Amino acid sequence: MKVTIVDYNSGNISSVINSFTEVAKSTVNLEVTSDLKKIKYSDKVVLPGQGSFKSCIDALESIKGLTNTLHEFVKINKKPLLGICVGLQMFADVGYEETETKGLGWIPGKVCKIDNQNGNYKLPHIGWNQINIVKDSAIYKDIENNSHMYFVHSYEFVPKDKKVITAVTDYSSKIVCSVEKENIFGTQFHPEKSDKLGLKIIKNFISI
Amino acid sequence: MLKNRIIPCLDVKNGRVVKGINFVDLKDAGDPVEQAKIYSDGGADEICFLDITASNENRNTIYDVVKETSKKCFVPLTVGGGVRSVDDINKLLNCGADKVSINTAAVQNPSVVEESSKKFGSQCIVVAIDAKKNGDIWEIFTHGGRKETGINAIEFALKMEKSGAGELLVTSMDKDGTQSGYDTELMKTISEIINIPVIASGGVGTLDHLVDGIKSGASAVLAASIFHYGTYSVNDAKQYLASKDIPVRI
Repeated sequence: MKVTIVDYNSGNISSVINSFTEVAKSTVNLEVTSDLKKIKYSDKVVLPGQGSFKSCIDALESIKGLTNTLHEFVKINKKPLLGICVGLQMFADVGYEETETKGLGWIPGKVCKIDNQNGNYKLPHIGWNQINIVKDSAIYKDIENNSHMYFVHSYEFVPKDKKVITAVTDYSSKIVCSVEKENIFGTQFHPEKSDKLGLKIIKNFISI
Repeated sequence: MLKNRIIPCLDVKNGRVVKGINFVDLKDAGDPVEQAKIYSDGGADEICFLDITASNENRNTIYDVVKETSKKCFVPLTVGGGVRSVDDINKLLNCGADKVSINTAAVQNPSVVEESSKKFGSQCIVVAIDAKKNGDIWEIFTHGGRKETGINAIEFALKMEKSGAGELLVTSMDKDGTQSGYDTELMKTISEIINIPVIASGGVGTLDHLVDGIKSGASAVLAASIFHYGTYSVNDAKQYLASKDIPVRI
């Protein structure tokens, strides 16, 4: 099995690499690359993302052919992809961080700033929050409802079709923690930083 | 519900763990990688390394420590101490740090905070504020608490929030190493004014001090000695906070 973490200068991905390395051990061939061929022939792809929506989209587009390769991987070949944090947010049609930016458009919806209710909620939303699993998802196999995951973000994904939401968390409102649409998976929280349960989610994704 | 975080801090010098009492008089006590692993296995919500290596030739030791730790600990890792430039931040992030805390450089050259938060995202930029009461105000100190700056800590906190800091790590220099509790007045004043999370630091001696820290408005409490010398485990701390109706991850 070949799993590729897309390295597109989206900020710090060493923790993603370390956690996947820990889970993959010898059974998985793990690559960290932006090489289009390697991505194309992978069985699964991980799309991390740190920084702003715009900076991640810009970084993706600065590598020639990368967005097309990812589109093909997800939409034509229908192979599993996991987006983490801004990696998930980029599934949207549009993001409003810094400036209005077109997203990948895989899951209709938008990415907006979390409503801090006049300063009642500190932003970024940083720390361990409980996930309320609202729909079965392969990545939550053997994960109990209300488990704690590590979050750090100020923007949230608001999908048009609520049926893609698999878990939400309470912070100002019900924030989308994870989505699943056919072969497309995404977590707003950081499984790579969510201790043993996070590693379990990574394992679940690898086992899909 | 978002939980309050407990963050054990390890002071690291030349690649080894020490704990400063008022930032002087250091005792050596262990391997940072092993210590961090004990903390993360024990339920620490994050781990913090403060590099207090003084000499430039040993500065690289922290990179190895971070590299090794990040392969074994899968909770967020914050690294601070001696961070001077965007390049230093980049190096630490590449070694596996999730957040970098900036102290002296943020005061001397605030553009480091602005530039790095734009480049790497606010989520990984923590500004460390070392403050000491001076008459009616709290004043910023730099260089590990040795140098006074005349800068008002509250004004500086606001400026750092605007510059793109994701969190503030606020240490009371009056309290640090005394084990007499956080400067809750300082924590309360800063937490009320700014809209980014505050991590309270400096002065923890008992579990009640952690409770006071959270009640003063901090989103997270940082402590070193009480955990490091085994007075309490992270789990003891969490159970105690939970018993006082403070939401924690257990």
